Amino acid sequence: MHSSGFFLKDVAGFLGGYYAFMAIMNGVAALLLWRRKGQVGWALVWTVFAGIMMVLASLALSGTADLVPALPLSVRTLVNRLSGPVLYTLGTFVLLTVLFVFRRFFVKPMVAWTILNAMLLLMGLSMADENFASIVMKPDNVPIVGLVFLLAFFTWLATSQAVVNDDRIARGLPPVEKENDEKVLVWPDLVYTELICMVAVSAFLLLWAICLPAPLEEPASSVKTPNPSKAPWYFLGLQEMLVYFDPWYAGVVLPSLVIFGLMAMPYLDFNKKGNGYYSIEERKFSYLTYQFGFFLLWITLIILGTFLRGPNWNFFGPFEFWTPYKVEVLNNVDLPQMFWVNLLDQPLPKAPSGASGLVQAGYILLREAPGLLVMGAYLVLLPPLLAVTLFRGFYAKMGFIRYMIMANLMLLMLTLPLKMVLRWTLNLKYIVSIPELSLNF
Amino acid sequence: MAIGETIRNSQIWKSIFRHPMPLDRRNRIVVMLTNFFLHLHPVSIKKQGIALSFTWCMGGVTFFLFLVETVTGVLLMFYYRPTLEWAYNDILALRDVTSLGILRELHRWGAHAMVITTWLHMYRVFLTGSYKPPREFNWVVGVILLLLTLLLSFTGYLLPWDQLAIWAITVGSNMARATPFLGYEGPGQQLLTIGGIDMITDASDARFGLLGARFVGEETLNRFYVLHCIAIPLAVALLLAIHFWRVRKDGGISGPL
Repeated sequence: MHSSGFFLKDVAGFLGGYYAFMAIMNGVAALLLWRRKGQVGWALVWTVFAGIMMVLASLALSGTADLVPALPLSVRTLVNRLSGPVLYTLGTFVLLTVLFVFRRFFVKPMVAWTILNAMLLLMGLSMADENFASIVMKPDNVPIVGLVFLLAFFTWLATSQAVVNDDRIARGLPPVEKENDEKVLVWPDLVYTELICMVAVSAFLLLWAICLPAPLEEPASSVKTPNPSKAPWYFLGLQEMLVYFDPWYAGVVLPSLVIFGLMAMPYLDFNKKGNGYYSIEERKFSYLTYQFGFFLLWITLIILGTFLRGPNWNFFGPFEFWTPYKVEVLNNVDLPQMFWVNLLDQPLPKAPSGASGLVQAGYILLREAPGLLVMGAYLVLLPPLLAVTLFRGFYAKMGFIRYMIMANLMLLMLTLPLKMVLRWTLNLKYIVSIPELSLNF
Repeated sequence: MAIGETIRNSQIWKSIFRHPMPLDRRNRIVVMLTNFFLHLHPVSIKKQGIALSFTWCMGGVTFFLFLVETVTGVLLMFYYRPTLEWAYNDILALRDVTSLGILRELHRWGAHAMVITTWLHMYRVFLTGSYKPPREFNWVVGVILLLLTLLLSFTGYLLPWDQLAIWAITVGSNMARATPFLGYEGPGQQLLTIGGIDMITDASDARFGLLGARFVGEETLNRFYVLHCIAIPLAVALLLAIHFWRVRKDGGISGPL
């Protein structure tokens, strides 16, 4: 769907204010850089950028729909065509890996500021697209946009402190937090901070409440199913997992394991270092595990489920119209089918009619033998195997029970990305499929 | 000035505040020890621990948002009736007619914000390794609080009784019918039979327990209303008390040991 003139007139006012805000933000930054830090070069760069933002603001407010700054239609079409669950997930993974590996570069204030501006500019240009705006501006989706920026900011804040501490530790110095053990009185130093914080949060919440009405749709009707039907946004990661797993696993077992795993974390992490200060080098394993789970398996999937899953839970590009008529070919195959039919070229083992329960169970076991063996090897053989190879040090320090819990939690967490990859590459539907017991995995 | 002094020297003032104004060092210490609302805090604190770039304030903001939700929620309860007949109309009236209908906006956005600040608080606690001994148990309490925060938001999502509400809860609660053994579409429920009679049906499984019915209906609205307004907030209040108390007992505010 093309962006209509009506839509652009509606969004133009918002975008005018948005670009003006960016201009002021960069103007202030330039001033501070010039007066406080004496970095004239950078100050000049951001002054020029602020000027460009002012031009964009005036274009948005010009009253002519054609002049509202937007991404060229060809670029939007290209993005739509390229994007899909595979590219989105792998792309995020690669992006986060690059950010992590080159973190010393990305935490530099001017680099981070450039990225922030790039994100905001891309967001603004995208908002001029009707399809993009209609999803992002949905009242209940606005918090997720906020979450993305907040997470980016706080990750930057934490990483820049961790990088400093890691450098200090490498030079044999204590972390910054340890350097300063001065104590202050709670009144006034903390209670005033708390008061200011409360006032700021109240003001922010009031502003949000005034600017954005809470959503209220048509009255509830149990016969009119909306398409797509979505859970509240913070559960959309779980709903996205339903693409790869049955509800019993994606909706019950995995969330329970997340809660259990989080609770178990302090008892599994035997590393005594990194207690009470920002550090990455001192606790790389726990750091990467947490970030993998939090960013890739939780936040990324929430964003995917909210912004990119449309009617019938089909994938839609960010600038694509959510048509309910989009057809996607589903030709996923179960592992028993792959093994018996495709590989051995014979029918699935099936008990003769009238056979006793035990015989039937035997045939089911035979039919599912490939999947059960794979799962058995994965969950039963892999932990001890890892204990004598990759995780040898862990096993020695953790003891049998703690190690087994850690290894199983890790392996169960990895079932999700593994199943994703298997789906994308082999069109694998279920590894084990026993409909007789409603047990599909 | 004289009036202020007269007030502060009056019997009424002195009966309420057990300490003089915290203007000098001694009274700044006394105020923390003798005031009910302040005694949650220690008298003095590591300067590093309250540095904004270190602590992010997210735990405090989460607690403040919980208070905002409680106050706006109680006020909304005076207006809103959790029945099929009135629920939607009351929310509609809050939007279109009622003065101070903005309370609903504050409550809803506050709830979203609270979910986000809870995650950010956990993120900070993880990144500073503050879940490590001696704070393991308080992290566990925090994880339960995270779960309760999500459940608070989830149960509240149904109350406006619009399309968004019932279908979000339908999608969310459909998971429960796939609970292993306890959901009527879950794996293994076929095994729970006595004399050929299924124990787990759509009128006895986990989902039925959650909804009070086979589908999201009036019983569900009542059930979620009570959970949202009474049961979960009480549990949260208790756990918050433990959470804060343990912060003090387990070595105080985060920081290197």
